[in-house]
Amino acid sequence: MTNKKRNINLNFKHKQSAHCENGVISNLLGYYDINISEPMAFGIGSGLFFSHMPFLKVGGIPVTSFRPVPGIIFKRISKRLGIKFSRKKFSKPTRSMEALNENLENGIPTGMLVGVYHLTYFPDPYRFHFNAHNLVVYGRKDNIYLISDPIMENLEVLTYDELLRVRYAKGLFAPKGHMYWLKNIPETIDLKKAIIAGIKHTCKDMLTIPVPMFGVKGIRFLSKKVRKYPKKLGARRAASFAGQIVRAQEEIGTGGAGFRYMYGAFLQEAAVILDNNKLRQLSFDISEIGDLWRDFAVITGRIVKNRNKIDENYDKAADQLLIIADREEAFFKKLKNSI
Amino acid sequence: MKTSEVPQDDANMMQGKTREPVYSLDEDGNYTTVQSVGWEPKNEIMKEVWEVVNEKAEKARQEVISGNVSPIAYYLEKNIMDVKLLARYMGIWSFRVKRHLKPKHFNKLSENMLKKYAGVFNITTKQLLDIESLKNVDND
Repeated sequence: MTNKKRNINLNFKHKQSAHCENGVISNLLGYYDINISEPMAFGIGSGLFFSHMPFLKVGGIPVTSFRPVPGIIFKRISKRLGIKFSRKKFSKPTRSMEALNENLENGIPTGMLVGVYHLTYFPDPYRFHFNAHNLVVYGRKDNIYLISDPIMENLEVLTYDELLRVRYAKGLFAPKGHMYWLKNIPETIDLKKAIIAGIKHTCKDMLTIPVPMFGVKGIRFLSKKVRKYPKKLGARRAASFAGQIVRAQEEIGTGGAGFRYMYGAFLQEAAVILDNNKLRQLSFDISEIGDLWRDFAVITGRIVKNRNKIDENYDKAADQLLIIADREEAFFKKLKNSI
Repeated sequence: MKTSEVPQDDANMMQGKTREPVYSLDEDGNYTTVQSVGWEPKNEIMKEVWEVVNEKAEKARQEVISGNVSPIAYYLEKNIMDVKLLARYMGIWSFRVKRHLKPKHFNKLSENMLKKYAGVFNITTKQLLDIESLKNVDND
């Protein structure tokens, strides 16, 4: 710990967002007067995705995800906007805090990866061992760090020890003190080009990955699996498996319906910037697709509620996924042809 | 989804600490966010997840009280960990954690090791050793 006791409070504007990765990027850029909304960051970073990986399990339950691997949105945005970030990890925990203090002394709001399990201000029901959460430290008062956590409505604080602990959470995606900050900003940003690159990438991800676990194919693949759950797993476990899908879909940070609504918000903004009214039309389509995902969640919620007996709704849930897959396939084909 | 349809089903999942922005369409067809306190199907699923966690913790608690396993087994479940994750936090090999789950080995642990385990579980060494008090824990 440094002995310098200078209090620092950078003039950081905290804007709550649905998703932490987009939110931190949007807030960090905002500090340097670059206005990129959360949906815009999400769209440019090609944050919309689908994957179902039965062999990859967390807590014994297969992973379904509505987003790409943590960190990728970040990478794509910086590449597409031409913004450079400095990044650092530290094998020695105390060193990571010294580096943070130095950054604050130099007036640099600093983003970092943390685990949520020990995040004291987080609602307890959501405190699991998830290690790819992002937040920004924007100041310090004695031993207390000032935190802008994009998931939270209000500004938060953590003590030195609390912050150290979450920065060195262990397990999958262990952050290892990882922190990042803006290194340089280009003089001009070509937003149009970035948006088009973002959209193209998402269409490609959703339509053409030649493995059945990803994109639209992944949704059909999951449908097949869900149909077999009750026979294969028994009532209680089948309910856990099905529930996990909806947890990923409606997790804090998706903005509802597995990011589909957020993508609609992006398309509306993009429609104005690209002067392309087709995108506005498509923003309504994706909202409807989001509604179909919500219907799927309702069916699944009922299954989970009746978890102690075999529920006949699994077929219904599987059918719903097939409907969604068809709709998304048509949607992303149309989107691809609209730009 | 329309802004007027954004659900507000409060099951105290957010504990009043925050609300969640949900993207939805306003009357003019423009996207905006609405703060939501929760949604019934999701609340139901979260309850199920915690039910599984609590069932496992309860089972481990019984086993600790019967003397079949060490208190580490209980706190491991209570902290939603598995042996591998706990070993990472402890900075030791998994097989050693597995061994410490047995009362025989647990009873021989050094003061230092106990302190380290307690630190990971965010409790005191005294609490970690106090099996008697586990009898009064209610895992609901």
